[in-house]
Amino acid sequence: MAFFFFLFAIVALAGAVGVVVLRNPFYCVLALVVHLIALALLFLLLEAQFVAVAQIIVYAGAVMVLYVFVVAYVGGGDKPAPLWRATARQRALAIVFGIAVFVELMIAVLGTSLKALDTHGPHVTVGYGSPGEIGALLLNRFLLPFELASFLLLVAAVGAVALAGRRGGIPEDEILAPERTVDPSHRLSPSAMPASAGSMAEGVAGYGVTQPLPAPSDEVLT
Amino acid sequence: MTISWYLVVSSLMFVLGAVGVLIRRNPLVVLLCLELMLNAGNLALLGFARMWANGDGQIFAIVVMVVAACEVAIGLGIIVALYRQRLPVDIDELRELHG
Repeated sequence: MAFFFFLFAIVALAGAVGVVVLRNPFYCVLALVVHLIALALLFLLLEAQFVAVAQIIVYAGAVMVLYVFVVAYVGGGDKPAPLWRATARQRALAIVFGIAVFVELMIAVLGTSLKALDTHGPHVTVGYGSPGEIGALLLNRFLLPFELASFLLLVAAVGAVALAGRRGGIPEDEILAPERTVDPSHRLSPSAMPASAGSMAEGVAGYGVTQPLPAPSDEVLT
Repeated sequence: MTISWYLVVSSLMFVLGAVGVLIRRNPLVVLLCLELMLNAGNLALLGFARMWANGDGQIFAIVVMVVAACEVAIGLGIIVALYRQRLPVDIDELRELHG
């Protein structure tokens, strides 16, 4: 158990470090996928089967696909912006802040009066964390949060469509292909084209404008 | 492993996410770091749920996941809208809110 805990924890933390330090946003998303899968395995060690599976399906599946699409759409990988633009002071301050928060959290964890933190937790029943128990809790005790969450999802979906919809974004003349300007004197009359223009023979053998079509011979057919 | 180890890992993840939010400039990566912080909270919630051996913390974690999904949808919508408006996708360049 301890081996698996440390294995998954190290993978999850490595993924988190990758998200923070990798320069290409696409690689950041991939690092987050690694992190999320390792985290789902940690959830399994905590006997939360349903949350672990939901984590993989919702996060590592749906949300990450959304991220990948937006990264591919917006780009940003072609000209990687500098991780911090000549403001080394801000970077140092951020790291100092991070260390301060971590020390504070460690003081809170180690100095707590919750004696149960140093145990493995009480013995749990068989159905703990199973979809059945989660569903019963959601529909009995937590019905109101459940409905509010679904309503929040609806609002977010409508809001995302309204935000990302084509509204005052790219001007109309850039969406449409520019009108092709052809000099009238160069416009070809239908008779100026050889008979084989656009035919399969032109595509295969290059016949057409310069070479006349060979006379059809019977030996090809036989 | 005892529950406090899970809390240590959760704290490290949260700190990494916070530092990422502070030092990264691409709003996409800032959103990813927000995900890290939310997931750190989820890990702590599940650890506490295991400590009490009841499912309330797991329900809380599921609600956090729903909120995170909403945040992703809205955040990515804003980024796509920024890109469409030809604004720089860089949080230091975006100093004003007017559309």
